[in-house]
Amino acid sequence: MDLTFQIQGGDFTSAGAASSQVRRTLKELGVDASVIKRVVVALYEAEVNIVAHAYKGEIMAQISPERVFLKLTDEGPGIPDIEKAMTPGYSTASQEVREMGFGAGMGLPNISRNADVFNIHSVPDRGTTVEITIQIS
Amino acid sequence: MTVKEMAQTLELKIFAGEEGLEKEIDGGYTSDLLSDVMGYADAGYVWVTLQTHKNVMAIASLKELAAVVLVKGFEPDEDTMELARQEQIPILGTTEQAFEISGRLYQLLHP
Repeated sequence: MDLTFQIQGGDFTSAGAASSQVRRTLKELGVDASVIKRVVVALYEAEVNIVAHAYKGEIMAQISPERVFLKLTDEGPGIPDIEKAMTPGYSTASQEVREMGFGAGMGLPNISRNADVFNIHSVPDRGTTVEITIQIS
Repeated sequence: MTVKEMAQTLELKIFAGEEGLEKEIDGGYTSDLLSDVMGYADAGYVWVTLQTHKNVMAIASLKELAAVVLVKGFEPDEDTMELARQEQIPILGTTEQAFEISGRLYQLLHP
């Protein structure tokens, strides 16, 4: 099953809507709760990253009996130094975003911890692509 | 212990989400960093925080938390309460600080 979502940069009122829909779908499919928990954490963080940093983006969720594959593509400033961005506590989020409790530099580490496979590719001034695989069986 | 029993014992104000007052509490987590809660809280936990915006309830729903407790007399935004009703997750409040209410909640859950 394939699900696609369009994400608008800066739209914090809808942040998490895609994650919520994917969670509902996985529950309906009877996927193991521990798998759903990992998908939710990884996808929510990646979704919020688009909202907090990019102009717009797309989320594609591919669900098969063996795995959940998530691909998030955004148009945005990109990440010049991915290794640095992966460092727990490092963030480039604005002051406004930080005051909401986002931008603690825990997003990418949370994705990494919950994904079986995590790929991130970025072109500065163009955008970022994140691929997350979580095995079901 | 249910959310309702906790709310009564700790004298918490109920802002919205009364539909979820019978939920069982499995633990607690105190943090104002959303990714911290996202990454480390678990289903059935009570979340103690000073964040009042709608994303708090989005996370509470995604993580299947039992309830949210706002500290220091903070009140939830209108759309936060709306989401609490929709998701049937109680959002509660106290005038105490996070340290104090967390301490009392801990004692309640670990007598």
